[in-house]
Amino acid sequence: MSHDDVLNPKQMPHDPEKATLEGKNKFLAFWFFLGGETVLFASLFGTYLALNRSTAGENTPENLFGLELVFIMTMLLLTSSLTSVYAMYHMKNHDFKKMQLWLGITVALGLAFLGFEIYEFVHYIHEYEFTFRSSAFGSAFYTLVGFHGGHVLFGLCWIVTLMIRNSKRGLNLYNAPKFYIASLYWHFIDVVWVFIFTVVYLMGKVG
Amino acid sequence: MNNQSQTPQQKAEFERKQHKEEMKQQVISFALMILFTFIAFGMVLLDIGSVFLVPTLLLLAVVQVLFQLYYFMHMKNKGHDMVAVMMYGGLAVAILTIITFTTIIWW
Repeated sequence: MSHDDVLNPKQMPHDPEKATLEGKNKFLAFWFFLGGETVLFASLFGTYLALNRSTAGENTPENLFGLELVFIMTMLLLTSSLTSVYAMYHMKNHDFKKMQLWLGITVALGLAFLGFEIYEFVHYIHEYEFTFRSSAFGSAFYTLVGFHGGHVLFGLCWIVTLMIRNSKRGLNLYNAPKFYIASLYWHFIDVVWVFIFTVVYLMGKVG
Repeated sequence: MNNQSQTPQQKAEFERKQHKEEMKQQVISFALMILFTFIAFGMVLLDIGSVFLVPTLLLLAVVQVLFQLYYFMHMKNKGHDMVAVMMYGGLAVAILTIITFTTIIWW
């Protein structure tokens, strides 16, 4: 394959993200990283599950959490997962403009999610005086949910950087793996959120 | 039809069709995931006081995550054997970690 073929979207192979050795390596290494992330979040979930009843006589999960906000956040993140699937669909069909458009929608939904999360934390701190130092439950809650929020922020910066850096280059075998891996990361953020809304919020309301 | 007899246009056409088929499956998974989310929130809001409530919530979460991994992240496709090794390896350590934290460390 000549250099021109590599950079020409019309000549791109079936799976552009795994067509080069570099792409294959990135793909495998990234999944290895996701396996490690699973363990990282498990340790935070384990801590939360062990300590969420240690409220020091103050705010409990039942009186703190509001399900309306969590439901909206869940829908936003789940939809953003689908829009990044659409972005990868257009990547595989070598349509760079549509891929950028769908990634842009993904970023917008992610930003909305992050905005709601910041609102939620501010609300807890000012209305309920529920902070990181309030109780063991407070520390475990802010560590777990905050770590996830940090991942959302990092994912947004990552996708935006890729979109801007490659905006004039178009799609090629060099950057296709980068886009694909960023979308995998975005899906994984939603995987973690599914367990957060179930274990932290829904099970917290059940008591 | 073997690959030699296909023109590049035919091959591209075939691949587009394949991608469309996969996209359809992914939209169906999305609809199911939304449905599971509605059921989970609905059960909590309706205040079903059953001992099976929490296990059901966890089961819905696990199924939703499997859809995410296998359809959205393509783990159902070929060439994902090492991926499965890494994710299930991570999962095994994850489960042990949670069991340890909730039983031995903070009883």
